[in-house]
Amino acid sequence: MNSPAPAFASVPSPFGAPSGPTVRAVHDQFHGDLLEVSMGPQHPSTHGVFRMIASLDGEQIVKLKPVFGYLHRNHEKIAENTSYLASMPYTDRLDYLCSMSTNWAYALAVEKLLGQSVPDRAQYLRVILAEMTRIVNHSCLVGFLFNDLGTSFTPLLYAFREREKFIDLFESLSGSRMMCNYQRFGGCRVDPTPEWLAAARTLIENFPRFLDEYERLLTGNEIMLARTQGIGRLDPARAVNAGITGPVLRASGVDYDIRKVDAYGFYSRFDFRVPLGDHGDTYDRYMLRILEMRESVKILSQAFRDIPAGPIMDPKAKQRGHRPKAGEAYARIEGPKGELGFYLLSDGGPNPYRYRVRPPSLINLTLLEEMCLGHTIADSVVILGSIDIVLGEVDR
Amino acid sequence: MSTPASTPVYVPFPAAGELSDADREDLRRNGILLTSLEELYNWGRSNSIWPLQFGLACCAIEMIAAATARFDIARFGAEIFRPSPRQADLMIVSGTVTKKMAPLVVRLWNQMPEPKYCIAMGACAISGGPFKQGYNVLKGIDRFLPVDIYIPGCPPRPEALLNGLIKLQEQIKGEHLNGPRSARHLRDDAPSEYPIPEYGTHDLTPAQNPALWSAPAPPRYPPVDPTA
Repeated sequence: MNSPAPAFASVPSPFGAPSGPTVRAVHDQFHGDLLEVSMGPQHPSTHGVFRMIASLDGEQIVKLKPVFGYLHRNHEKIAENTSYLASMPYTDRLDYLCSMSTNWAYALAVEKLLGQSVPDRAQYLRVILAEMTRIVNHSCLVGFLFNDLGTSFTPLLYAFREREKFIDLFESLSGSRMMCNYQRFGGCRVDPTPEWLAAARTLIENFPRFLDEYERLLTGNEIMLARTQGIGRLDPARAVNAGITGPVLRASGVDYDIRKVDAYGFYSRFDFRVPLGDHGDTYDRYMLRILEMRESVKILSQAFRDIPAGPIMDPKAKQRGHRPKAGEAYARIEGPKGELGFYLLSDGGPNPYRYRVRPPSLINLTLLEEMCLGHTIADSVVILGSIDIVLGEVDR
Repeated sequence: MSTPASTPVYVPFPAAGELSDADREDLRRNGILLTSLEELYNWGRSNSIWPLQFGLACCAIEMIAAATARFDIARFGAEIFRPSPRQADLMIVSGTVTKKMAPLVVRLWNQMPEPKYCIAMGACAISGGPFKQGYNVLKGIDRFLPVDIYIPGCPPRPEALLNGLIKLQEQIKGEHLNGPRSARHLRDDAPSEYPIPEYGTHDLTPAQNPALWSAPAPPRYPPVDPTA
């Protein structure tokens, strides 16, 4: 572990020798006495109802135990008792910042189980909506990360100003701001009008300007650099072994993006790059999100250029009452937070026999202790913020 | 639902003295502002509500959205979200309350100083919502806390939250400082703290606060005549 070296140990004090006991001496006297701090579940920086029990030596973390389950809403059990289609609204509430891409992952799994094909226009729409969701998620995440750094809401205000524009589009398309419930097995629910596509295109064309403004405000900030560079380093080998995916993995320098590896949907038709980090620290994880947003803009502009006319739903697809043949399917997408997978086991009935979610947030959280060890308790908040968790998905 | 003992009594906006609103408006135009201490106090309180910064689930995102530039909850004086319950006077229960979380929500409520108010935001906080059939989901926070305002929706739009806040302000403006119809926090019989449930073998023990909530009686067909 990379415990930070005492920076000012060798600098002589300009005030001469201290008369009383120094802070250092007091520290040495109590060294080894651990203080146990329970952070959460109600804590402004835990992004919901997450709890960490940290053992502190002075200010340094020597042990950190995450406690989950404060938002366990029985998603999987409920889905096993409802029909395939009726689970779709529940997937909105898994990762409530990116319902569009969560819908897609679930639709992909059921389509695999049913052997259902999807028309071209729907494939493009899925890419468009998933990438818009990624932009919304990443810009909000950066805002939340800076909240954790102590900026008290300002970057988040900018992020939410931008988010509202996207959310308006989602609402005019699907009827709901957050819980879109848009994908169906074999296509999408509503065909966007040409005006909608034009509005989305204009929004995406203007988005890089916001991103430049955002970066000018944040990226070079001295406090931000001091508090994120070299903090919360994640070793690439450990990350791969622990099953970390998504931006957290790529920030450690591992080139693994399911959009490239699986090329699900129509991602093979798009020209985009996968940004990678060098150090795997908090700064890289921040920077990677910014770069990914720029790549998403690239994908989106290609998608708006190439989207064909045609049906959005396979005319032969069943609308409801799906009864897939007995069998199993696992489908995964590159969600904004990492590999989001749905595993379905069918026994031929109207409900899945087993329904399992592979939540990226939960699995990315497993190495939290390793990233935090040796850092101060204030840094653990920033490291947690840079992992990007959403508790609806962690606890399900 | 809450029992009558804990339900705040709604009264019309109290006029100062015996003057009608028209008379007061007439005086105001002549530069005389007539008010009562009660009215002034409630006006100040209702326009400086500090909510607890406390998000449970999806609805918390809409709560944040209500605080940002577009919806701007600051217009109603409620923008100061305090992370500490000791400094807050409004608890917005924003999201699903699970059985694991419920004792902590009650504890947070107990730590808040009087006068305090509770808004149940979203279907989950009201009744369990879409997750009602789940084994780990509390079917409504009103089983343990006295809820003042219910905001339906999944999640409610930020405008709905603002509307709920305005309704709460109206309630605060109608509260009396003394007398038989005084506000909840001024009555001796209304508790400030509520018992914290414990984790039992299968459910929370007790599963609800009987002083606040009891299961509705099942409908009887044909209806039973109570006088017979």
